[in-house]
Amino acid sequence: MVQVLVPSQLTSYTDGATRVAAAGATVGAVLDDLDARFPGLKFRVVDEQDRVRKHMRLFVGQSETRDVTRALGPADELLIFGALSGG
Amino acid sequence: MTDATRLLIGTRKGAWYLDSAADRTGWRLTGPQFLGQIINHLVADPRDPDVLMAAASTGHLGPTIQRSTDGGATWSEVSKPPAFASGEPHGRSVHHTFWLEPGHESEPGVWWAGSSPPALFRSADNGETWEGVTGLNEHPKVMDWFPPMDEGTPDGPMIAGIVIDPRDARHMYLATPMAGVLETTDQGSNWRPLNQNVRCDYLPDPDPEIGQDAHQIALAPTNPDRIWQQNHCGIYRLDRPDERWERIGDAMPRDVGDIGFSIVPHPRCADTAWVFPMDGTEVWPRISPDGRPAVYRTRDGGASWERQDKGFPREQGWFTVKRQAMCGDGRDPMGLYLGTTSGEVWASTDEGESWRQIAAHLPEIYSVKVAPKA
Repeated sequence: MVQVLVPSQLTSYTDGATRVAAAGATVGAVLDDLDARFPGLKFRVVDEQDRVRKHMRLFVGQSETRDVTRALGPADELLIFGALSGG
Repeated sequence: MTDATRLLIGTRKGAWYLDSAADRTGWRLTGPQFLGQIINHLVADPRDPDVLMAAASTGHLGPTIQRSTDGGATWSEVSKPPAFASGEPHGRSVHHTFWLEPGHESEPGVWWAGSSPPALFRSADNGETWEGVTGLNEHPKVMDWFPPMDEGTPDGPMIAGIVIDPRDARHMYLATPMAGVLETTDQGSNWRPLNQNVRCDYLPDPDPEIGQDAHQIALAPTNPDRIWQQNHCGIYRLDRPDERWERIGDAMPRDVGDIGFSIVPHPRCADTAWVFPMDGTEVWPRISPDGRPAVYRTRDGGASWERQDKGFPREQGWFTVKRQAMCGDGRDPMGLYLGTTSGEVWASTDEGESWRQIAAHLPEIYSVKVAPKA
């Protein structure tokens, strides 16, 4: 299972949990698994063309990715952040 | 004695309800709902007043639709909000839903949604799931009508209004920012521009087939052949089956002009409507002209306009009113309500003759709607 760090913007979907475990061999598959358990979560992070939304940032460990096909191993950690400047 | 009135307020940072006593006094503000979320439109269903729909997004998160089936007491996210098909040829994705429209009276459970980038979506299950209207979204000219534009003023190009002919569910109009008014007579399978004589002061050809920026359109309730339009380039009226709009804003005072976002028809008089002018000169400040807010009313189909500003600031009032933030309540005398960019709600219960502030200190207001009676 991949450990996922959930940002505050999404904890309304995860019953307040900031860390959850999810199954999947890619970033997109992990998000699909999360979406199955927390309906609606994925669409708020990734759009319908599988693009990570402009003000969301995904990291696999220390490495940022905007590719939902990026492979993940069971020891990986997926970190999701909301990052927005302005008011 | 008539019932109390509820206003549904959508703002840049959440939603509020504003409830009055039966005489439209004693307004009480409750909320927020969806604190921190951008609520472009918050609409109740006149066919089932317990059903409310909210177009929600945030700076970070993608767009969604929230729905209440108990008159706004509780809310839940719908399972499939408006979205383009995965892999669609133009690579579009919905940035936000801008407009929500309950369907025709003969079609309970049907809703329409207009998005940014401009596209139309339909729900047949009371908003739970949404499908794109391919007749518009995949129209051969869709990229001419709505060329890609990441950041337009103020928040990207959008379907700025959906109007359904109360006599015919198949007959609809859209207000759009780059193709003006579009019309369908087959509920969205085919569309055509309806823009004759509507100016485009910002294009080399000032009178093209498309390119117009329709800020808002509305049908006169007692004469649905009459369409009012507040355009980027003036106030217009069209009486179908005519195809040629008349610029009735030419009768507005020159020092005020006829630029604005909203237009509100009278519920019982087809010759009466209100606008809230904004400054469209030089760099387009989009604030009340000269810092003196006012609505203007016509009672003769736009041949003349009268200023109504009693109660508004006499000077240094620099707010304006966005597209969905002005409405009427249908009562007699009609109540008018407007929400400002500075977070104030103003009400008139004498058809615009006098105004009073009924809420303040809210975030920038995007939408004000009267909730229909349960």
